[in-house]
Amino acid sequence: MAAANEPRTRTLVSQVQLDRPVGRTLYWTVFWTLMVLFAAVFLFPLYWMVTGGLKSAREIVQTPPTVVPHHAHPSNYVSAWNDADLGRLIVNTVLYALGALGFQLVFDVAAAYAFSKLRPVFGNAVLFAMLASLMIPTTVIALPTYLTANSLPFVHWSLLNTPWAIWLPSVASAFNIFLLKRFFDSIPSELLAAAAVDGAGPLRTLWSIVLPISRPILGVVSIFAVVAVWKDFLWPLLVLTDTSVQTVNVGLNQLSVGIPQNVLIAALAIASVPTIVFFLIFQRNIMSGLTAGSMKG
Amino acid sequence: MATINVTHAVARDLKAAARPARRASFGRKLRRNATGYLFLLGAVICFALFSWYPMIREVIMSFQVTNFAGATRWVGLRNYQHIISDPDFWSAWRTTGLFTLFALVFGYAVPFFTAVVLNELRHARSYFRLLVYLPVMMPPVAAAFLWRWFYTPDDSGLFNGVLHFLHLPTVQWLQSSHTLAVLCLVLFSTWINMGGTVLVYLASLQSIPGELYEAAEIDGAGLWRRIWHVTVPQTRLILSLMLMLQIVGTMQVFTEPYVITGASNNTTSVVYLIYQYAFNFNNYGSAAALGCVLLLVLVGFAGGYLWLSSRTGEE
Repeated sequence: MAAANEPRTRTLVSQVQLDRPVGRTLYWTVFWTLMVLFAAVFLFPLYWMVTGGLKSAREIVQTPPTVVPHHAHPSNYVSAWNDADLGRLIVNTVLYALGALGFQLVFDVAAAYAFSKLRPVFGNAVLFAMLASLMIPTTVIALPTYLTANSLPFVHWSLLNTPWAIWLPSVASAFNIFLLKRFFDSIPSELLAAAAVDGAGPLRTLWSIVLPISRPILGVVSIFAVVAVWKDFLWPLLVLTDTSVQTVNVGLNQLSVGIPQNVLIAALAIASVPTIVFFLIFQRNIMSGLTAGSMKG
Repeated sequence: MATINVTHAVARDLKAAARPARRASFGRKLRRNATGYLFLLGAVICFALFSWYPMIREVIMSFQVTNFAGATRWVGLRNYQHIISDPDFWSAWRTTGLFTLFALVFGYAVPFFTAVVLNELRHARSYFRLLVYLPVMMPPVAAAFLWRWFYTPDDSGLFNGVLHFLHLPTVQWLQSSHTLAVLCLVLFSTWINMGGTVLVYLASLQSIPGELYEAAEIDGAGLWRRIWHVTVPQTRLILSLMLMLQIVGTMQVFTEPYVITGASNNTTSVVYLIYQYAFNFNNYGSAAALGCVLLLVLVGFAGGYLWLSSRTGEE
């Protein structure tokens, strides 16, 4: 992705046009309109959420609504944190996301490496079967998947309300395997042959040669893995029924009944903070990673 | 990647040495395959359990009835007859269809034009990119509850508050007509999802060679003609891909009607109806049958896309 400080190639409107007085006036009008519009559409809702969480139960139903709370009640945030057990929901979600990331990095990387470099017989058939699952969205087969997770074939273990119910299905991500395999395909085989001559086995080659080269794609896949767990709602709603093991999304949904509106809004604000902070810290990596991944995908 | 190029040259010399060793005996071949499958094992097990087996099971279950004891009985097409005769089935498809249609108007056109305009800006580019992506990072359910609150039908809601401030008549939003309720869901969906799409479009806009615009301008093409004859054709591949992904994605809408309208006002979507069949009415057969119908529609869309794109010579 071109950074802002690189020399710009010409776009729709030429620089010459913009340098004319009319062009310049028009440009700055559009620019400031967009500045205000974007702030109103994307920042103001967040402001409304944070201040809404500070309002009293009376003020939050007041008509017309107040832009600045008359009396700030930070206690709403305290009771949202305590009553809703938000800390645990956030910790749960982080653990699910990290676990899913770990399992995908181990199993999906190994599988992509096998498809790309080890190439066992019928490997392409297996790869095709995996890619075919891209056509079948998980929401559509949620019921049979739920029944399977509730009672695994042959062993009849139930994964419900355990982290495995999130971790193991996340490995079945054909898209990530596909991205990894395509990247591994671009690594010259001679490189691996050289490693083999030096006596490195497949695992050693993967670890010391393939993985260090593949850092960019590993970053992209990691973001996809974490974001997928963070955003998923239907699947955790089905398999995580105990309040103590739920994710932020499921927990908030459960919480929404029988909680005062202003405390609920405070809870929403708290639940949104970790990701927004995470995003602000890693925004460069996340945004370039996501566009790179989707462009190549 | 300079390191690759250096090692590449070394590797070429080594290749000759490596080749005789690779003329594999049977035992060596067996070991290579065994290693290969060992590496595949984890992923294959997960796919088998959570993708391939449920897929087959979905089709089987759609022809069966499961009673409360868990015993199953083959019933032929009765589940399909049951869902077709259910008025909720048609209502759910109408809602989903309307949602997809509105999502094409807003969720598809708005991000593209936002990206085209943002690509022209010379200042504060990261500010715009950051803001448009901010909602994407919120937990979807938190954002959905936030918008449900904005849509409060009396004047205490944000949207009615704004209308009130502008001395405009207030609206019942989610509790007015079915069409408006679906539109409200689409507006929320566009708000929370457009960040990712805008970034993808921006990246593809930046890869358009400037000479094309230059040439078009010399030929006397105005702003709109340049958009229509240069920008759109140059991004056609990504535009059509996003179109397909978006149709398939919006047809599976669940969180929005589940959290925001809670099935009031007939806004139950198809996936939500599957959920209701399965977990509210314990009617697994009907849920599986509806899942199969939705699956056929989605595969039809994806297949149609692949057929069209192969016919026009794209990838």
